[in-house]
Amino acid sequence: MGLKQSLHKMKMKYEGTKMAPAFNAIHTFLYLPNETTHNGTHIKMADDLKRTMNMVILSLVPCLIFGIFNAGYQHNIQIGLVDAAAGFFSPEFWNLDNFSIGAWKVLPLVLVSYGVGLLIEFIFAVIKGHEVEEGYLVTGMLVPLIVPVDIPLWMLAVAVIFGVVIGKEVFGGTGMNILNPALTIRAFLFFAYPTWMSGDKVWVTGAVDTVGQPDAISGETILGSLAQNNGFQQWDLMDQFLGFIPGSVGETSKLLIVVGALILILSKIGSWRIILSTLVGALTMGLIFNGVVSQGWVTESSKFFGLMDVPFWQHLFIGSILFGAVYMATDPVSASQTNKGKWIYGFLIGFISIMIRVFNPAYPEGVFLAILLMNVFAPTIDHYVVEGNIKKRAKRLKVKTA
Amino acid sequence: MGLLSKKDTKLILDPLTDDNPITIQVLGICSALAITAQLKPSIVMAVSVIFVLGLGNVVISLMRNIIPSKIRIIVQLIVVATLVIIVDQVLKAYAYTLSKELSVFIGLIITNCIIMGRFEAFALGNKPWPSFLDGVGNALGYGVILIIVGFFRELLGSGTLFGFQVLGNPITKTGLYSIGYENNGFMVLPPMALIVVGIIIWVQRSRNPSLVEEN
Repeated sequence: MGLKQSLHKMKMKYEGTKMAPAFNAIHTFLYLPNETTHNGTHIKMADDLKRTMNMVILSLVPCLIFGIFNAGYQHNIQIGLVDAAAGFFSPEFWNLDNFSIGAWKVLPLVLVSYGVGLLIEFIFAVIKGHEVEEGYLVTGMLVPLIVPVDIPLWMLAVAVIFGVVIGKEVFGGTGMNILNPALTIRAFLFFAYPTWMSGDKVWVTGAVDTVGQPDAISGETILGSLAQNNGFQQWDLMDQFLGFIPGSVGETSKLLIVVGALILILSKIGSWRIILSTLVGALTMGLIFNGVVSQGWVTESSKFFGLMDVPFWQHLFIGSILFGAVYMATDPVSASQTNKGKWIYGFLIGFISIMIRVFNPAYPEGVFLAILLMNVFAPTIDHYVVEGNIKKRAKRLKVKTA
Repeated sequence: MGLLSKKDTKLILDPLTDDNPITIQVLGICSALAITAQLKPSIVMAVSVIFVLGLGNVVISLMRNIIPSKIRIIVQLIVVATLVIIVDQVLKAYAYTLSKELSVFIGLIITNCIIMGRFEAFALGNKPWPSFLDGVGNALGYGVILIIVGFFRELLGSGTLFGFQVLGNPITKTGLYSIGYENNGFMVLPPMALIVVGIIIWVQRSRNPSLVEEN
């Protein structure tokens, strides 16, 4: 008797008990359940919730692997262990030294995120007596990718508890949440422990421990540097595109995010409308700021000059606007549902992201705030799109009857 | 129960639990968000409201038969305003720093919906003694929530209680801070007060499902 049979047998035993949802979750995670429908026709679809989630996770895996290597690379390059990587497949980047340091820092983040989050999902499933939902599988993967590599693990655990309980479970679980849970977790961390979520220390592992020493490691990101009018430092455009820059764990490599975006769009899981309109919104805001600079309204003495002077297209290469557009804004639960609504929703995310990025030096990256804000407005946008459609059709009806 | 009859006890105790002005009637939320970042102002606020609401209810109840109903809101406002000014002046005289800390929020007791609500709903139709008990009861219910919220926000947000560093010193890293604990800055911000109040409402309703409204 294989594992499959014994699991089916155990299922009968657990049937109707309090722990049944927890057991069923593990069961269906491993195998197809042995139940078949008994009557009526059912819609047959290949992409159930589980497969949708798996595709998103699949598209995130390259970012995670790159993030692990990058965490080590950023540390090693500063202590002089490796030289600057020349191309994407450079052995200076893909080597065991980088991997061992990165894995030691990043894998615990993944474990804590999944462990704590799934534990809470299980507890709520058992208390409420419903099935464990798959929603956390993606959230749990996103969370380690959007935090600084040096964040203390207990802070992450507290934030995950907060994000899952207050961001999702109080509204009724997966599919009912207003806000994106992964961003709720990040927002909680940002406001609760700002010293660990911003500034010029936390983005490269080891920077916090070496403050004030002669061999101190700088943990500054490009955005942080630009916000202080210090320019792009040593990172050129290729570094930014390939991702050899400090930042949150998984958002640095624009190349791999584009790959992930293609996977999501081709499998029709992510909405290309939202991704595209977010980028258009960001470019529009960038253009406006460029115009302000070229008109001479803002001069180099202004504290906003550094970020305003960034060429508008380069805003997509720095910070996490691309990651936010591809993986966060497209969250099907918290985004707008109507097609016209998706254009408006995405555009405003991009627009506001760059606005926050430039105008508020305390939040060098405003993408998560912009997405959370638009999450709140998504139902309103949908409401007016639907109302507008009804009105248009009602008018047509009148013309016909008149 | 020699002092209070059964009905009177209900007047005092009900607002503390199943008829709480904040968690059940959802009134007076603004001040609960504004001044609960620390425990001391929460308590001062609670005491002030107990004074204003208890006395105000008595005054309104005494005048209930002579207030023309058309201008009753204005009369009520004058009564609250008078009492609030007394509180404000006393605080300024005897606890100046505290009064600075609470700033406009003492003055804003006037606009606290709980007070007008009790005047309208109870004092205008009841005798002074039950009105007094109702006022004190509701103010106590308000105060209890304020103190609970203030306790958690000060403890988790600043690591202190009444200004004493109960969790250790965050700068010299003693106590809990020596093992890497840090204050939760979000607790000090007003949104967290809303969430803490929400959690209290959640706990209360899951313990007593009869409070849950039907949709």
